[in-house]
Parts: sequence; structure tokens; C-alpha cells
Amino acid sequence: MATQQTRSLARFMMAPSVVLLFVWMIVPLVITIWFSFQQYNPLNPIRDGFVGFSNYALFYSNPAFLQSILNTLVLVGSVLLITVIGGIALALLIDQPMWGQGIVRILVISPFFVMPPVAALVWKNMIMHPQYGVFADIARFFGMQPIDWFGQHPMLAIIIIVAWQWLPFATLILLTALQSLDGEQKEAAEMDGAGFVSRFIYLTLPHMSRAITVVILIQTIFLLSVYAEILVTTNGGPGYASTNLPFLVYQKALLEFKIGQASAGGVIAVILANIVAFFAMRAVGKNLDK
Amino acid sequence: MARAVTTQHKTIATAAAWIVALLIFFPILYTIITSFKSEQEAIQGFALIPSGTIESYSEVQAQSGYFKFFLNSVLLSVGSTILALLVAIPAAWSMAFSPTKRTKDILMWMLSTKMMPAVAVLFPIYLIFRDSGLLDSRAGLMVMLMLINLPIVVWMLYTYFREIPGEILEAARMDGASLWNEIVYVLTPMAVPGIASTMLLNIILAWNEAFWTIRLTTTEAAPLTAFISSFSSPQGLFWAKLSAASTLAIAPILIMGWFSQKQLVRGLTFGAVK
Repeated sequence: MATQQTRSLARFMMAPSVVLLFVWMIVPLVITIWFSFQQYNPLNPIRDGFVGFSNYALFYSNPAFLQSILNTLVLVGSVLLITVIGGIALALLIDQPMWGQGIVRILVISPFFVMPPVAALVWKNMIMHPQYGVFADIARFFGMQPIDWFGQHPMLAIIIIVAWQWLPFATLILLTALQSLDGEQKEAAEMDGAGFVSRFIYLTLPHMSRAITVVILIQTIFLLSVYAEILVTTNGGPGYASTNLPFLVYQKALLEFKIGQASAGGVIAVILANIVAFFAMRAVGKNLDK
Repeated sequence: MARAVTTQHKTIATAAAWIVALLIFFPILYTIITSFKSEQEAIQGFALIPSGTIESYSEVQAQSGYFKFFLNSVLLSVGSTILALLVAIPAAWSMAFSPTKRTKDILMWMLSTKMMPAVAVLFPIYLIFRDSGLLDSRAGLMVMLMLINLPIVVWMLYTYFREIPGEILEAARMDGASLWNEIVYVLTPMAVPGIASTMLLNIILAWNEAFWTIRLTTTEAAPLTAFISSFSSPQGLFWAKLSAASTLAIAPILIMGWFSQKQLVRGLTFGAVK
């Protein structure tokens, strides 16, 4: 049992982190909420002033609004799906006995080290470019018409790029979980005549569940605010086809200088993030208590 | 007979894994290859053997000056990491060794601050930075990166510290170790691997942070993320030059990551794997 003294020492040690994060969270948030009720345009300050909820109404009536929320959720959902399923498959593959496993691991983890603007630029120009990209070379080799990825399938293209960035993370965490599985348990299951599929469902998957939750939680945090990949590749277009919520807020604030509307969008983005976070946290909290 | 089957199994697994791994690595590999081509070669279609020219590198260097950006990236990522560790180690320590009922809630709350989309608070942060003269300053950006990564640093350290058995401390105390000796000879050796891999991951996250580092800098404090975005405009449709710049931007962290991947992966699991 902690004594009074150690308890106050513990509080003292925790204070800097808690205070810093609290200030970091609350100050910008309060300013954002304040601006969300203001008309504020640095380029045209004549009509600045309190406007009630009209920024929210304007942001909501923007045709891009619902699309951007949908795009945000589609992006997070698809990338999670691809990386978790792909990560499990890859982890199972790499876990097999093989030659050069160390090098395979290094190759697979590499995209995780690539900064988002570079990843986006490389995919945009080297891989997916309709004329000079590798995909276009392959298409022409088979006598097909190269695909204009960012014009015709902008969301799919961005999902592919972001999934490429996060697949290594998922794979390596799941691989580590897989490798910590007790060899004797596996052997015992094999002795009992359990096939690959039932071993996977009843032994491997439950063993990996904690790792899967961590993958989902950490990735959700980063995927909710994907920005550089969209800026570099499609710039949100064509139209609003690949605009997610952070990108819409960015457009309002930095391209149109509608700070009030952008702030209203920011508040909505925070609320959306919190809804997603609530479910993610609850799942993880439960799983981490085990 | 069983042995033959094993070898066959191993061969198939090796082939499959290598093919998948090379496919995943391919965009990076092809970028490095293209960086050693001339502009002419680069748009001539698919080719894996470059002529080996380094003219793109010298052009990139002449146009943008790599080393200032590189130096800023190093200063920002290492500086913000050290700051974050200084703040986070005591917090993680007390959470791990004198946990209360609320410890888990505090951890989750800390993590939830990361859910706030950066764009949502860009404008207030911009104003605060502008009014305190922190725009385009390394110190301001360092604090920013520290705050962004602090929750993850606390969480990672907590999962490491939690695994240090409290009984060892008691045993040391029973043997008459002073608090100082306890810290130097018992705790530090056990905590160092965890701190090291937390540090590695945080350096990588800070190095690759591409929102604040671009939005809050212009020239003086601009790191490699800003360096590479200057090549993203339409005038940058020079494949070899773009590849050389990309290679320069990712090479330092890629090499660091390769050498430290074992420690890194262990830390990345955030205590999900014991």
C-alpha cells in the first residue's frame, strides 16, 4: 500500500507531463471554439465579429462536408482493414522457417521510416504516374491503357499509399506477437490433430488479440489526421472526391482565409475524433487490463 | 522423408516471403535506382540498371542546400526527444511503481490528446507562435514536437518500467543499498533498454512529422520535410532530381532504423506482447 508520502511524490513526478498536455490540449481548443463563433478573415476584416452558430451552419451546408466525413471514415476503415488482414497474413508468412529472415524483416519494415511527403511524392510520380509511372509501364507491357489513378480513383490511390506506409507497422507488431506464442502449445495442438485453420482460429488469433487492438488504436490516431499524402497527390480533388475532414479545414483556413468556418470545422473534427477515440479506447482499455 | 518436406516447405516460404518483401520495398528501391539516372533515362521507361551518374545529387544540392535542412532535422528530432524523455520518465516511473486507480485513465486521457487533429488547432497555434516570436524557430518547434509525441513516450516507458519487478528493489533495500545505489546499480541497467528504444521510435516520429514542421517554418528552422515539399510543386517534374531529393530525405532515418530495428520493434508493441 502506498503511503501518503510516496503518493504525493508520485503526483509530483507526474505533474509536468499532465500539466503540459492539459495546457497543450485546452488552450488551442478554447481559442478554436472562440473563433468558431466569430467571423474572422485576415484579408477582409470589415465584417469581423460575433456570428453565433452561422459558421457551423455554413460549414455544414458546404457540399464537401458530408463527403469529407465519409472520406475520413472510408480512409481510416479501409486502411485498418488492409493493414490488419494483410499484416496477419504477412506475419504468418514471415514466421515460417526460411533463409534470410532478417533481411526480409528489414525490407518489410522500411516503408515505416519514410516520411509522408516522400511516400506520397514517390507513389505519385514514380509508381502511379499515368505516363511515366511503373504501373503505366506494366499496363503498356500488357497492351492495356494506363490508369489515371489520381483522376479516376483518387480515394483508392490514397488508400493504397497510406496502407503501404502502415502495413509494416502492423506486420511487425503482429509478427512479434506471433513469435511470443508458446511453441509447446502449438505442438500440443498439432499432436491433438488440430489443422492449420483451427490452430489459427483457436490458438493464434486469441493470442494476437492484444497486439491487434494496439495496431488498431495507434493507427486510428494517425489515420484520422492524414494530410500530407492528400496535399501532395490529389489536393483533395477531383472536386472533393478525396478531401477528408482535416484537409477541408486546411482549405478553409489557409486557402480561403475563412478562419471562423475553419475553426467550426476544426471543432467538428475534434468531436468526430473523440467519437472514434471513445470506441477505440474502450476496446483497448478492456484488452489492456487482461 | 520428413526432412525433405521441411526443406521444400522452407524453400517455398523463403521464395514467397522474399517476393512479398521486395514488392513492399520496391518503391523505395526504385527511387534509389532512379536517383542515379540522368533525367533523360528516368523517363525512358522501366529500367533497373541506372547509368550511375550523380548529377541529380549535385543539382539538388546546388538548388536547395541539403545540409542545413539535415542539421535542422537532427536537432529537432533529437532535441524534442530528449525534452520528451526528461518530462516523461518521472511520470512513467511513478505510474509504473505507485499506480493508483486512476493511472489507466490518465494514460488513456494522455493518448486521447493525440486524437485531436492538428489542423483543427493550426490557427490558434500559429497565432501563439507568431505573437511570441516562435515562428520559424528551432526552440518553438522542438517544444511542439515534444508535446505531440509526449503521450506515446509516456505510454512506451510505462510499459517498459512496469516489467521491472518491484521485488528486486525490495531485495536491494534489504541488502542495505542506499537510494542512490539502488538507482545506479539496480534500476538504471534495467531501464536503459526501454528508454533507448523509446528514444529511437520518438526520433523517427519527430523526423517524419510533416504537418507542424512544414506549417511553422520558412527557412531558418526548416527540416527535411520542408526540403522535400519544395520539390512537390509542378515545376518539380524532374524524376531523377526528385528521386535524389527523396533519397537524401529518408536515407539517414532509414539507415538508423535498419540498425536498430530489433529494439524498435520490441518497443513498438506498446506492451501488447510480453
